[in-house]
Amino acid sequence: MSDVTPPVSSGEEFSLNDDRRVKTLSPGALVAKRFFRNKIAVVGLVMLIVMFVFSFIGGLISPYRQDEQFYHYENQQKEFAAATINKDFRYVNAEGQDFSSLLQAKFILAEGKGADSFEVKDVTYSITKEGEDLYTIYDGSTLLAYASKDIVNPSGDMSFDVKLAALKAYVAGESSFSAEGDDYSIDDAGQITSSAGDAGYITRLVVSSAQSGVKISKEFAEAVSVMIDSGNDEMDFTDADGEEQHYKVSYDASAMVYSIKQGKETYVYDSYAKPSSKHWLGTDTNGMDMLTRLMYGGRVSLIIGFIVVIIETVLGVILGGISGYFGGWIDNLIMRIVDIFYCIPSLPLIIILGAAMDGMRLDPQIRMLYLMLILGFLGWPGIARMVRGQILSLREQEFMTAAEATGVSVRRRIFRHLIPNVIPQLIVICTMSLGSTIITEATLSFLGLGVKFPFASWGNIINDVNNAFVMTHYWFVWIPAGICLLVAVLGFNFVGDGLRDAFDPRMKR
Amino acid sequence: MRRFIIKRLILSVFILLCVTFIIYALMRCLPASYVENMAMQLSAAPGAKPYSEWLDQLNEQYGLDKGIVAGYLRWLSDAIRGNFGDSWKYTVPVVQKFADVIWLSFVMGAVAFFLELIIAIPLGVIAATKQYSRTDYVITAVALVGISLPTFFFATLLKLAFSVGLGWFDLYGLVGRDYEQLSAWGQFLDKANHLVLPIVTLVIVSIGSLMRYTRTNMLEVLNADYIRTARAKGLDENKVIYHHAFRNTLIPLVTIVGGSLPGLFAGALITETLFMIPGIGYISYQAMVAGDIPFSMFYLTFMAILTLAGNLLSDILYAVVDPRVRIA
Repeated sequence: MSDVTPPVSSGEEFSLNDDRRVKTLSPGALVAKRFFRNKIAVVGLVMLIVMFVFSFIGGLISPYRQDEQFYHYENQQKEFAAATINKDFRYVNAEGQDFSSLLQAKFILAEGKGADSFEVKDVTYSITKEGEDLYTIYDGSTLLAYASKDIVNPSGDMSFDVKLAALKAYVAGESSFSAEGDDYSIDDAGQITSSAGDAGYITRLVVSSAQSGVKISKEFAEAVSVMIDSGNDEMDFTDADGEEQHYKVSYDASAMVYSIKQGKETYVYDSYAKPSSKHWLGTDTNGMDMLTRLMYGGRVSLIIGFIVVIIETVLGVILGGISGYFGGWIDNLIMRIVDIFYCIPSLPLIIILGAAMDGMRLDPQIRMLYLMLILGFLGWPGIARMVRGQILSLREQEFMTAAEATGVSVRRRIFRHLIPNVIPQLIVICTMSLGSTIITEATLSFLGLGVKFPFASWGNIINDVNNAFVMTHYWFVWIPAGICLLVAVLGFNFVGDGLRDAFDPRMKR
Repeated sequence: MRRFIIKRLILSVFILLCVTFIIYALMRCLPASYVENMAMQLSAAPGAKPYSEWLDQLNEQYGLDKGIVAGYLRWLSDAIRGNFGDSWKYTVPVVQKFADVIWLSFVMGAVAFFLELIIAIPLGVIAATKQYSRTDYVITAVALVGISLPTFFFATLLKLAFSVGLGWFDLYGLVGRDYEQLSAWGQFLDKANHLVLPIVTLVIVSIGSLMRYTRTNMLEVLNADYIRTARAKGLDENKVIYHHAFRNTLIPLVTIVGGSLPGLFAGALITETLFMIPGIGYISYQAMVAGDIPFSMFYLTFMAILTLAGNLLSDILYAVVDPRVRIA
C-alpha cells in the first residue's frame, strides 16, 4: 500500500528505481487520505464537529441553565369599576322626615304626568319644581325631601339645606349661593367650594365597584368623573396606599355604562417569546430559552446515541466473536438467539415499554437510563451478525494458522488478532447506527415516550408541534430542533458512508 | 430446494414461538394498569361488587391469574385457532378490528412501495453509471438526506407547507368533514387526497436505502469481467448498461424487493400516527399506549410473522433467481 509521488522539491534527482522516490503511507494515513478526498464525507465531518461544539461547548457558554424559566410582566386588564350616568331620581330626606318608597312611587307617577301634587292615604303632597330634574316635596308646608338626578357628593358633613341650596344653584347655573350662614361658590362642573375650602361636588356619575372587596374611594370617583368629563379614555390614579395604577375607560353604548379597567401588571412565564437579542431563538411553552434547550437537548441526544451504540457494540462483538470463532453448536445457539432478537419488532415494543413507564410514573432520569438499556439490548444482533461473518472468513486465513502454531491463547487470538481486523467495518456500522439511534430516540421523545421534561432532547422539543397552533405560529419552537436533528444524523451518515469507502477501496473502485 | 424450504419453515416456527413467548412474558411483567382501572370503574358503579372481586374476575377472564408459562400456553392454543381474544380498547375481537383496518395500510404501503421502486431504481442506476460526477454526488446526498430525515419532522414540514400554507390537504384524518355528503367517486377522491401527504412522507423517508442499494450493486456489476468484454466487443454503451449490467443487478434487487413484500402489510406506525390515518399502525399505537394486551400481543406477533416471512421469501427468491445458489 503505497502511493507514488513525484520527486520532492529538494532538487535532488533520484534514479527511477530509487526507493526514496516512493513515499510510503501507513494504512491509517491512506484511509485518512481517501476519506478527506471525499467531499461529502468532509462535509459530514464538519457538520458533526459543529453539532458537537454546539451541544457540548454551547451549553457551557450559554448564560442560561436548561431549566431556567423566564418571566415577564404582562399588563392584564381587569374590570375594576363601572360608572353610569344617573337616570333615576335620588331622594334625600330632610332632617327628621321620612319619604317612604310608596311616596317615591307616587311621586314618579305625578312627575311623569307633570302634576304638581299627589295624594297618598288622603294626604296631599305638593311638588315644587326647583329646576331641571330637581323637585322638592312638601307635606303641607313641611319640606319632606328633594328628588334630583344630580348627586351631591360632600367632602365632609353637609346638611340637607346646604345640599339643596347647592343643587338649586347648580341647576340654575349660578356661581355662588349661601346657606346656613356660609357662602359657597359653585362652578359649572359642579365643584362646591366653601370659605373653608373644598366642600364637595355635584355630578350625575355613579361609580360602583366591579370587584368584590374593593371600595371605591371618593378620590377615585372624582378622578373618574374628571376623566369622563374631559373626554380622556385613560388615567393614572394613585390610591390611598400610594400605588399608582393605570386605568382605561370604555363606554358601552347599549348598557350606557362606562367600564373602568385596571391595568394590572402580572408576572407570567414568558412563553413562546419571539426571537430577540436576549433569546436568540425565543422561548418555549415553559418560558425556557430555546437555544439553551437545544444545546442541552443535543447533549442528551448525542450521549444517548453513544451509550446505546457502545452497549450494542460490546454485546455484538463479544457474542459475534465467540460465535464466529468457535462455530459448531455455540455458533448455532448464538445465531438462533440473534434470529429471535432480529424478529422482535423493536419500535412497537419500545412504545409499549414507554407507555408502561408512563404508567409507573418513573423518575425522568431513571427512565432515560432504561431507555438506553432497552435500545442497546435490542440493537446488538446486527453487529453480532456482521462480526461473525467477518470472523468466519478471517479465521481461515494464514495469519490465524500462524497465530495458532505459535501457541497464542484463544482469548488473545480472538481479541488481539481477529477483532482488530473487524474494526473498520465496526466503525462504519457504529457510525451509521449512531444516526439511526438518534432518530429512534427522537421519535420516541416526540411521541412523549422517551426523554421526558425537565430534560431536553431534540425530539421532545419538537413535541410541541402536536399543538397545531404552535406548528403554524411559532416556527422557532420546532424548526431549529428539527434542523439540528437532521444535521447531526446526516453528519453521522455522511461520515459513515465516507469511512466505508475509505476503509474498503474495492467498494469504490 | 424443497428440503431447504422445509428446514427454513421449521426454523421460522421455532423462532416465532420463542419471540411470542418473550413478548408475552414482557407484557405480563408490565403493571396491568388497564385491568386495575377497569376494575376500579366497575366497582365504582352503584351496588357493584367490591374492587378486589372485580379484579379477580377480570384477571380470570383475561387469563392473567395463571402463571406466565400456563398463560402463554393458553394464549398460544387460542391463537393457533385464530382466536386472539377481544381488544380491551376497542371492545371487539382483535381479528375483526385487524380485518377492518389492514387494507388501508396495505393500499398505502403498496402505493408508496411502487413509487419508491420506480424512483429509486432508475436513480440508483444513473448514479452508478456516472460515478463521481455531480449527478452521482447529488443523488447520493439526497439518498442520505432521505435516510437521515426524521419522519415526524419531515411530516410536520409537509403539513406546514401543503396543509397550512397552501391549504391543499387536511392536517389529520382519512376523510374530510363533508365526507358523508359526497358521491362514491367523491368519497374515493377525498380519501385519496388525505393519503397524499402520508404516502409522500413514506416514499421520501424510505427511498434512500433502496437507491443506495441499487447504486452499490450496479457498481459491482459494472466492474465485472463480462461488462468489460461487452464493451470490448464494441457494444453500444446503452446496451451494455441496460441489457447486460442492469439484468445482473436485478438478482440482489429482486431478493430485497421480494423480501420487503410482506412488510407492505406492516403499516407505517409513525406516519399513520402523525397523520391519524386509521390503518394498522395508528390503531395499534393507540392500543399499545392504552395498555391493551390482547391487541398488542396480536400486533407484535403479526409483525414478527411478517419479518420471518420476508426473510424466508428473500432466501427463496435468491435461490430461484440465481442458479449458482441453487447448485451450491
